[in-house]
Amino acid sequence: MVKKTKLDPTQIPDYTTIQLTALVILRVGIGWHFLYEGIVKALNPYWSSAGFLLETKGIFKGLATSIVASPGALGFVDFLNQWGLILIGIGLITGCLTRISCISGMVLLLFYYAFHPPFIGYTYVTPMEGSYLIVNKNLLELFALFVLTVFPTGTIIGLDRLIFFKKKPS
Amino acid sequence: MSEEENKNTNKKPKKKAEKVSLTRRDVLKGLATIPVFGPFFYASLRKKRLDDLKKQEILAELGITGEVPAVLPKKTLRKPGALIRLGIIGFGGRGEALVHAAGFAHPDWIERKKKDVRENKLDKGLEAFLNQEDLNVVLTGICDVFDVRAERGIAASKNNARQIGGYGLLKGAKRYRHYQEMLESSDVDAVIIATPDHWHAQMTIDAINAGKHVYCEKCMTRTIEETYSVAEAVKNSGIVFQLGHHGRQQESYVKAKQIVEKNILGRITLVELTTNRNSPNGAWVYAIHEEGSPETIDWEQFEGPAPHKVPFNLERFFRWRCWFDYGTGLSGDLLSHEFDAANQILELGIPKSVVASGGIYYFQDGRDVPDVFQAVLEYPERDLTVVYSATLANGRNRGKLFMGHDATMEVGYSLSVTADWESTRYKEKIRNRIINTSLPLFTYQPGLKGIDTVTSATERYFMTRGLMYTMKGGRPVDATHLHVGEWLDCIRNGGQPSCNIDRGFEEAITCHMATLSYLEGRKVEWDPVKMQVV
Repeated sequence: MVKKTKLDPTQIPDYTTIQLTALVILRVGIGWHFLYEGIVKALNPYWSSAGFLLETKGIFKGLATSIVASPGALGFVDFLNQWGLILIGIGLITGCLTRISCISGMVLLLFYYAFHPPFIGYTYVTPMEGSYLIVNKNLLELFALFVLTVFPTGTIIGLDRLIFFKKKPS
Repeated sequence: MSEEENKNTNKKPKKKAEKVSLTRRDVLKGLATIPVFGPFFYASLRKKRLDDLKKQEILAELGITGEVPAVLPKKTLRKPGALIRLGIIGFGGRGEALVHAAGFAHPDWIERKKKDVRENKLDKGLEAFLNQEDLNVVLTGICDVFDVRAERGIAASKNNARQIGGYGLLKGAKRYRHYQEMLESSDVDAVIIATPDHWHAQMTIDAINAGKHVYCEKCMTRTIEETYSVAEAVKNSGIVFQLGHHGRQQESYVKAKQIVEKNILGRITLVELTTNRNSPNGAWVYAIHEEGSPETIDWEQFEGPAPHKVPFNLERFFRWRCWFDYGTGLSGDLLSHEFDAANQILELGIPKSVVASGGIYYFQDGRDVPDVFQAVLEYPERDLTVVYSATLANGRNRGKLFMGHDATMEVGYSLSVTADWESTRYKEKIRNRIINTSLPLFTYQPGLKGIDTVTSATERYFMTRGLMYTMKGGRPVDATHLHVGEWLDCIRNGGQPSCNIDRGFEEAITCHMATLSYLEGRKVEWDPVKMQVV
């Protein structure tokens, strides 16, 4: 009982094959997306989060502006963003420190969502590929990572199986 | 026993008991998703290679390297030499800006800018000022016919916000009631002329006669005749003359010139220049200072060489650009900037003919200069037309376009080149989808990582027109600062500044041809042999 609520990473859940397959596909898919987003940014010397931050709407507008105004802070945010995406992506694909990867990914997505909330009355210059109201793809990806946090798979299919190796309960 | 203790006691023996070796099955399942990296990196590399190939192919075709920044004139990068003592004639809006560029700001301006930064952390005006290179100058003379402005100038000359020190700062500038007195003074080595246009020629010639170097604001003169006199005076002197087109220091313009030289646009047959403003301030309806009166303004000296003398008039004093008696209208104020940019990029010179038209359509406030104005400049020898279109009653940015058979270049603070869908040169690449004509072939933005936005509508206008800041080493630099710096460098080390008398002559004659055409309703031609307007 205690272990279940604390989400002990060493615990190996019991899924059916189809459940496990679905969860691993979801995990690897999100990992792929994170990794590619990170790599694209890291490979482009001109990439900066400044444009995104400058378009911030809502309560974080002031914070975003302060970040852009300070070259040091902007550099730090850019670095954290690129490498955060890459590491989370690798973590999710390989199933390495999966829970930490899931939670970090959720935090990152929460930032993206909070800085550009698709709320009524907010419009953005950056074109979006769909139509969103309150719920957008960042939020959905965040929800998906939430699912992966509470239905962990890294200890079954993933490096976590080796990292947190334990004898399977008979 | 608490739950916590229970957990601990359960855990310890368990850990020891479970230290057993991994099975092959564990390893296989542990590494099961690693092969995903295969297709991931294959796809990523393929995509990157394709993108790079496209980019390289485009850049190779164009013969340019994507990242090479434009090089600012070396002169401005040299260390300043001996101290130069500056005098300024005319301390209005532009005069203040020029004095900032030299390193002096009124304490009020510093306070206002601090407030701007508090309200908008992205406002780089103060940062650019505080970090600008020390030009090793002191402001020793101020001449303004309005007492309030003269006092402001003195306060600015003493302000040590940039902590540059120097004896001049302690003493502050001396106020001269008449510019002639300043020119006679041995305390001034060089003068900045930022008065209304009708005084430019006379003051420049008098300054040359007094042996002072001259930085003069545009339009260089008010009339065609004055232009000849100034050109002759400068050429027969040993002084350094710089005309105030600070766009000459704009990084994007330097890059634009390289692009034209590399023939990326194909044959350029049309250049479109525009002015788009939509505010009273933009239409020269400046505020009338509450302390302005016959007691505080030397009206007689203000009028000076103006062709029509009228009784004291506050509107005419503060909004002088609205009358041809003092100014040169859209032509000398704003076509001059646009023309100088095109002249810098294409080395156009004076057009063969100019036809201009327009009217006073929106600001019918007693002015005699048009607020909507168009001029067509013909260069038959270059197979090229320059069209200038200006309005003071609509702010839509219409850009500055250089239109070639193969591509169009839009130049402002940044620069973009877009291939033409019917281009001959890029035909193959357009068909092979290497070049997409709905997207720019490439863009060039100075200081790519240093985003800078500015507050006021006027500043934003100047930014998009490429007139405010340029980038030097990734930091915002006031283009005027570089322009004044270049002038001072030529004074110290010799050489010709970028907007010397030849460029000034071309600018002034072209603008006056446009004004003449508008006023007389006829096509005005330039005789290059006789060097005359006909």
